[in-house]
Amino acid sequence: MLDCTPKEIKARSGGVINPAKTCQPIGAMYAALGIHSCMPHSHGSQGCCSYHRMHLTRHFRDPVVATTSSFTEGASVFGGVSNLKTSIKNVFEVYNPDVMAVHTTCLSETIGDDLPSIIKSTEIPEGKLVIHANTPSYQGSHITGFSNMTKGMVNYLSTATTEVKKEQVNIIPGFVNPGDMREIKRMMQLMGIKYIMFPDTSGVVDSPITGQYTMFGRGGTRVEDIRDTGNSKLTLALGGYASGDPAIQLERKCKVPAVAIKTPLGVKATDEFLLALRQAFAAEVPYELEEERGQLVDIMVDTHYHFHGKKVAIFGDPDILIALTEFVLSLGMQPLYVLTGTPAGTIGGPVGTFEKEVKSMLEQAGVDGKVKAAGDLFELHQWIKNGPVDLLMGNTYGKYIARAEDIPFVRVGFPILDRSVQPYLPIVGYKGAMRLLEMISNALLDRADRDAADEDFELVM
Amino acid sequence: MEAVKLAEPAVEERKDFIRTKGKQKQQLKCDADSVAGCVSQRACVYCGARVVLNPVTDAIHLVHGPIGCSSYTWDIRGSLSSGSDLYRYSFSTDLGERDVIFGGEKKLALAIDELVQKYPAKLVFVYSTCIVGVIGDDLEAVCKAAARKHKIEVIPVQSSGFIGNKSAGYRAACDALLRLIRSPDGELPSKTRSINYLGDFNLAGEVWIIKNYLKEMGIDINVAFTGDSSYKALKNATRASLNIIQCAGSMYYLAQKLEELYGIPYMNISFLGLEDTASSLRRIAEAFNDPEAGRRAEELITRESALVRDQIHWYRQRLEGKKAAIYVGGGFKAISLIKQFREIGIDVVMIGTQTGRPEEYDAITDLVDEGTVILDDANPSELEKFMVEKGAHLLVGGVKERPLAYKLGMAFIDHNHNRKHPLSGYAGAVNFAAEVYSTLCSPVWNYI
Repeated sequence: MLDCTPKEIKARSGGVINPAKTCQPIGAMYAALGIHSCMPHSHGSQGCCSYHRMHLTRHFRDPVVATTSSFTEGASVFGGVSNLKTSIKNVFEVYNPDVMAVHTTCLSETIGDDLPSIIKSTEIPEGKLVIHANTPSYQGSHITGFSNMTKGMVNYLSTATTEVKKEQVNIIPGFVNPGDMREIKRMMQLMGIKYIMFPDTSGVVDSPITGQYTMFGRGGTRVEDIRDTGNSKLTLALGGYASGDPAIQLERKCKVPAVAIKTPLGVKATDEFLLALRQAFAAEVPYELEEERGQLVDIMVDTHYHFHGKKVAIFGDPDILIALTEFVLSLGMQPLYVLTGTPAGTIGGPVGTFEKEVKSMLEQAGVDGKVKAAGDLFELHQWIKNGPVDLLMGNTYGKYIARAEDIPFVRVGFPILDRSVQPYLPIVGYKGAMRLLEMISNALLDRADRDAADEDFELVM
Repeated sequence: MEAVKLAEPAVEERKDFIRTKGKQKQQLKCDADSVAGCVSQRACVYCGARVVLNPVTDAIHLVHGPIGCSSYTWDIRGSLSSGSDLYRYSFSTDLGERDVIFGGEKKLALAIDELVQKYPAKLVFVYSTCIVGVIGDDLEAVCKAAARKHKIEVIPVQSSGFIGNKSAGYRAACDALLRLIRSPDGELPSKTRSINYLGDFNLAGEVWIIKNYLKEMGIDINVAFTGDSSYKALKNATRASLNIIQCAGSMYYLAQKLEELYGIPYMNISFLGLEDTASSLRRIAEAFNDPEAGRRAEELITRESALVRDQIHWYRQRLEGKKAAIYVGGGFKAISLIKQFREIGIDVVMIGTQTGRPEEYDAITDLVDEGTVILDDANPSELEKFMVEKGAHLLVGGVKERPLAYKLGMAFIDHNHNRKHPLSGYAGAVNFAAEVYSTLCSPVWNYI
């Protein structure tokens, strides 16, 4: 059996077994794909770039293109200055994007390449832009990388040009699927509020098939829009870990007030998202959204007995987990284990409050659960072996645990490498919550059907 | 939607890496570093080392570095095991900022201690990553101390990403295997009538197919490098009297070394396609100079060919005249694929590899038709340009090429880690034809 996890828990401090995170650069690459006509560039060995592209390609099932500085031994000794200069020249000559978004790797960070001065001293074709973010792989996680590249967009592009802030809101969606970004935009349109979402990977990694290959899709936030974020009257950071820092940077740089709220996943978090908009813009929540909310709650009522008291283990990225914990609690489920691989806080990054936030939710609900940042799936598996659950939720890597312990498994988060379609469909908003409800109840009820003895096998459930 | 305009000419430096058969005389440039600022489909040294060693089933594969290198390679190989599953777990020292500043040796030693306590493994591979090469951790010393402490083998794999491309990683892996094989007291197990099968990673159970063929001929596989291999089997590698190589890209170096050090001769074989499978079986029997093995090989070939003939014919009728483009890792696989496509009536119009060697490119050039485009270390724009120009209907490639082909409305088969059916031997030849058929003849293409 594919299970090399012993039940007995021993303290470990020599690294990670079966990670629940990956490294910063891939997050930076994903964020950069959310700029229109942008070439992400990995300043390091070519393996990094290849792995990130492979991983993103597997998750989105769409071509993911990025360039690399292709470090050699020489570059690692003498620095990667000439590699980056050559890269800038080649990227614009050959692929001709509007923007090149450079992120570092553990290698270029450690040898100490000074990206701002390299970029400044390189000739960049007129009308083109090179931006950068420092994303050392040995700090934080892919979520930190997403945050840092988004912060890079603010640093290089956001500008306050108007005296009076415009009646528009900046939305930083966090590390979510393009389907989620589309859903957030749909809600914004229904609210009738002018918005700028950045980064926005919809139309880039979920592009339609046309029989032609376009290296840069139609989607992505346009540079002029990112510039204009400096003139908005509010930034909503959806999820503190992936979006909080860039929002604060925008406040510092352009005096746009930053408000960090949860990823709008589940009834309560979606309510809070819409309320935050309503308060700031004196806009009414339209009937369509009220109706969706009512439908969602109707479904929750119709099916609450399927969920009540069910024990669940959840793992993945912190912003999603915080909202997802709140959502499963609202269904009467018991999230016994909530674990992320992303560390609580990073040097130079935001101080995370993941454990505190989730623990206080559990306490309020009277659930005695374990919560951990900087954990790994080996540990989660050991917890489950010592105290079983009825359901596991998380990315593809959970399938080993689900199989070993024979637990129903709902795939949510990044990466999902063994199922398709999910990047197109939302888990955020009221619609997304309906979809999550369907996924959770299908998993639980399929299991009930499978396990039922003939006499207990029921038509109506 | 407008297609992206391909800058003409593409990067000047890339010109020497591409040729069209019949047009130029000069040698194709290959096995060189990628050009900075290109969308290379290539990976790094660590990747090469990891894919070769990962199928060793009962080893602890510990990646010394920040988390990414370990995350991206967690169980992606698809190589099957008949024994331990330990190789499917992901072990990393998860180096953090402090470790980078103060050195990661202590953490590495601790990680090995903790893992060895957990798992009764006799073998630990410790992979070096980019950062380890730069911060200067003494991997040799840590591994040596750990080996002594735990009385097991702890072998460092020198695979810092920047020291070359994927081929350098194959070599680092082979060096690690050679260290494992080397007996400390110089004593070697006595030779047996068996062979080592180099360069098959047991994807979808391919090693097992070949194992059965050879068994029928009265020849045992001593150990496969490295599909479904174990510490014990690898330790006894020198018992074999012949090495056969499937994936030459990764294993040619090891075969040479095994001949040089232990006097084991080697030969290239290929079990991809009917023609190559038959000739490989015959050549193995000849190498043993054993008429009985030869007779049994003929029996096997006759029987198995008869079994699949009708099926292959059925597919051939439906696939005749289609055109394929190939972009795979190694040159040897590319050569086999050209022949295999021919068996089902398909012509290859574009062919490239990530790490092909000059002599392999020459062999490819000999095999293909006039006008076929041959390219080394291609990027997506080049692949697109030539596939479209040459009117390919199908692309064979790896993970990153799949969605590119699909976007162009082109069929695709994975001849890499993601393959789901064995493609070796006679059963594999039918699977191959079936996969080609099911993608080329799917109704979905009618809706684009």
